[in-house]
Amino acid sequence: MAQTKPMPHADVFEPWKDPKAEPLIRFRNVTKRFGDFTAIDDLTIDIYEREFFALLGPSGCGKTTIMRMLAGFETPTEGVIELGGRDIANVPPNLRPVNMMFQSYALFPHLSVYDNIAFGLKRSDMPKSEIAGRVEEMLRLTRLEKFAKRKPHMISGGQRQRVALARSLAKAPKLLLLDEPLGALDKKLREETQFELMDIQETTGTTFVIVTHDQEEAMTVASRVAVMDHGKIKQVDTPANIYEAPNSVYVADFIGDVNLIRGTAENLGGGSYRIDVGEDSRAIDVSECDAEIATGTPVTFAIRPEKILVTKEPPEDRANALEGTIIDIGYLGNLSTYHVELPGGQMVKAAMTNSSRISRRAFTWEDKVWLSFRASAGVVLTE
Amino acid sequence: MKRLAVILLPYSWLVALFLVPFVIVVKISLSDTELAIPPYTPTLDFSQGWEGLKSFFAALDFENFVFLSTDDLYWKAYLSSLKIALISTFAALLVAYPLAYGMARAPVEWRPTLMMLVILPFWSSFLIRVYSWKAILANEGLLNQFLLWIGVIDSPLTILNTPTAVYIGIVYTYLPFMVLPLYSALEKLDGSLLEAAEDLGCTRFQAFWLVTFPLSRNGIIAGCFLVFIPVMGEFVIPALLGGSQTLMIGKVLWEEFFSNRDWPVASAVAVILLALLVVPIVLFQRNEEKQREAEG
Repeated sequence: MAQTKPMPHADVFEPWKDPKAEPLIRFRNVTKRFGDFTAIDDLTIDIYEREFFALLGPSGCGKTTIMRMLAGFETPTEGVIELGGRDIANVPPNLRPVNMMFQSYALFPHLSVYDNIAFGLKRSDMPKSEIAGRVEEMLRLTRLEKFAKRKPHMISGGQRQRVALARSLAKAPKLLLLDEPLGALDKKLREETQFELMDIQETTGTTFVIVTHDQEEAMTVASRVAVMDHGKIKQVDTPANIYEAPNSVYVADFIGDVNLIRGTAENLGGGSYRIDVGEDSRAIDVSECDAEIATGTPVTFAIRPEKILVTKEPPEDRANALEGTIIDIGYLGNLSTYHVELPGGQMVKAAMTNSSRISRRAFTWEDKVWLSFRASAGVVLTE
Repeated sequence: MKRLAVILLPYSWLVALFLVPFVIVVKISLSDTELAIPPYTPTLDFSQGWEGLKSFFAALDFENFVFLSTDDLYWKAYLSSLKIALISTFAALLVAYPLAYGMARAPVEWRPTLMMLVILPFWSSFLIRVYSWKAILANEGLLNQFLLWIGVIDSPLTILNTPTAVYIGIVYTYLPFMVLPLYSALEKLDGSLLEAAEDLGCTRFQAFWLVTFPLSRNGIIAGCFLVFIPVMGEFVIPALLGGSQTLMIGKVLWEEFFSNRDWPVASAVAVILLALLVVPIVLFQRNEEKQREAEG
């Protein structure tokens, strides 16, 4: 290649936007059935080199099956999985340039931390003299130098997690699979480890595919998130787009808190809509909507609680303002969530930051308040 | 006080059922044989008082142990037993390992049934089962008839009354003792460890050799001791299947007791056998303890 190809955004890592970029992994119409049960249903997806790709979904949605097919423990019933342009259907797990970090860590209990990390290297054609150096490097990367001689049952859960990571990274795989890697850790350790994982992914330049049911985890670590349901991918996008521009009620509801308000759309042209939500309530004005929806279509208006402002007086500068009664207040410290009932009986959640101390809180139960939001604050969903 | 009572109960059982009989056997082994009932002297007579006790101890000696070391029958029998025990333990391991492995890999709903099948032979008498092997292994027995019928051999094989028959009988009888600890070790094995081994570059066979086998080590050790220790003293199987060719210390002991009525020599044989078995028994206990520690 003599010419350097112009990247769409040279400084931002977005290979999926570059039509010339070759994906590292390519699923083409992959279906996997176990007996009558369809675990993966006609799945097509591309994952690029150096990506931190998250498969997110409830248990039983097929995300683990995708991972096991990549590792070689399951073969697709139909369709093709390519790794670096090669169909890997007939490559057994021990010959794939893919390593997996197991949910249970699967550390060998009879081997020391050092030998666990060296296990894969000893099976490779790496000369013996280099193995020790590589293991030391992995121990340093995961800050486990002091524990090299210990057996897995003599170290803590967080340390075991790092041994599992070090072991799966030792062979410098093209692709690292992480199956619920942080599931067994407590919340605080999990948050720390998420950032460690991102650091390690950046340092090593390995492509990571992570399976998780924890949406916060997926949002934190991933460059792109695939939201799955019943063996199908609902949406693949960056965490920000998944959150702010979900393509379906399922995705909007699965990721974070959301208010879903049913109504009928009226197309005003130019991406603007008016949504009729029933006789008791004012219609909602929406602008900057990407989808083209015909007038009269039943739709769901989705808006995140933090996009809604709660005030005593009707605000003047907002496109939408609805009056309601506070039914419940949830105090979370940094935030308070207000459950507000609209005249039609619809409950709406609004979250406000507690910028002042609690003693000076403006609202209490049974207060009449105004909920207001911009025309661009929510999305209109037809699915 | 309560704690003392709790400890006292098992210890009193040990004293009554193990220590007292053992002391009696040791005492007989130090006595002299005599045509009387019981067939040895001296006997402890409390009516003689202090003097009687003194002469009683004076009459005890190590004569029988000296005798055992002079007649080469005995140490040959010990060595032969040791050899038979070692070989049959190894053979039982070879047979039991695939069996236990298959059981542990079987679908969960099948496992209790398979376990039942392994234990089932215990429901019938051990003697009857060994006798039935006579019918199988005899020259005109089932095995030979079958082999002649399918044409593998032209004339019947002589198996009964040879060491081979003893090995077959021992492996058959003690197989459950090997299978059960192996099964319990293999069943605990986490399947994801094997996947991890494959994922890290092992072939199936390497994964077995590097993960499954070392992780079943405690089961192997436990099973080997459970077979080796009783086989060392075995006498029914060599007596019924081994004919006169097979020399085993258990059989020698039995003959000293019941054929020769030489209780003191028989007791001396038993004491030495026990002393020899203390080593593997202690090793076995230590293995169990280590396993408990590792699991705890």
